[in-house]
Amino acid sequence: MNSFNTLQLVVFGLVGLAGTAVVLTRNPKRQIFVAGVYGLFQTVLFYLLHSPDVALSELAVTTVGLPILVLLTLARLEKVK
Amino acid sequence: MRPRHRHLLFLVAGAGVLGYLVWGMLDLSPFGRYPGPYGDIVNAVAFSERHVLNVVTAVIFDYRGFDTLGEEFILFACVTGVSLLLRHEGDEQGDRCSPKPRRESSLEQAIAPHASEASRSCAALYCGLILVFGVYIVLTGHLSVGGGFQGGVILASAWLLVLVAFGSPALHRFARKYAVEWFESAGAGAYVLIGLASLLFGQNFLTNILPLGEPGQLLSSGTILLINCGVGIEVSSGFILLLCEFGKPLQHQKPVR
Repeated sequence: MNSFNTLQLVVFGLVGLAGTAVVLTRNPKRQIFVAGVYGLFQTVLFYLLHSPDVALSELAVTTVGLPILVLLTLARLEKVK
Repeated sequence: MRPRHRHLLFLVAGAGVLGYLVWGMLDLSPFGRYPGPYGDIVNAVAFSERHVLNVVTAVIFDYRGFDTLGEEFILFACVTGVSLLLRHEGDEQGDRCSPKPRRESSLEQAIAPHASEASRSCAALYCGLILVFGVYIVLTGHLSVGGGFQGGVILASAWLLVLVAFGSPALHRFARKYAVEWFESAGAGAYVLIGLASLLFGQNFLTNILPLGEPGQLLSSGTILLINCGVGIEVSSGFILLLCEFGKPLQHQKPVR
């Protein structure tokens, strides 16, 4: 594995696009879902780069850990206001 | 400072950072080339030394087990910090877990306002599947992709489904907070105790002292499997504790100071 193959390059591009989309999304509730998509692309990328362990960690964090914390925090903030 | 000047300043600073980044990246080794010796050595010796099929797990929970101990305690400290920040005064006077029923509805409305029968049935169905899958991921870390950290988060997502579909009162019935706290501490403590056990046998801290077993079998790889179980318990109960804390009804309706 000494150079990118096409699939890796495509997914690299998708990660870049999704990362930009996360920054451009301003509403936090929508942003967390865009961030989830970004994490999924990263998961695919890690898998294509021959590191399934990191891919599984990324999947768990990006689909469970991060959304839980952000959404529950937003829910609490709306109640406190 | 006017916005225009600020933009100019950002452009100058941004160009500088970009230049440094490009300069630094030019010196990196080419894509896919690994110059260091350790990866190749571990790949060569891990199977015969530790009887694991997944070398990554051997590095995380054995060769570099001490680093992982620190990582686990980072999570432990984070969960403790969140619990402290979100603690209500009522909790300290015997009200360990169960929130008072008359105040329950407020946050439940915000989190699970309109969970339909269909989504509740699906959540109940998936809970079991997720638990089985999480246990599988925790237990087979030394054989395949997985381990305590990932499996723990997957296990905790079953409780997340309970919170999302049935609301926080159901979660508090499904996961007693004091029990979850005990599990979290036990999981974190197990790692240290396994490490200390090797001292009794005259070995260094966290030396793999258990019989290694047949490679490819579930009961193999010595302490790696045990540590994985401990980490799985710690991570899952840590996340469940976070869910309990965040999903707790707000008892004092005044702004957070």
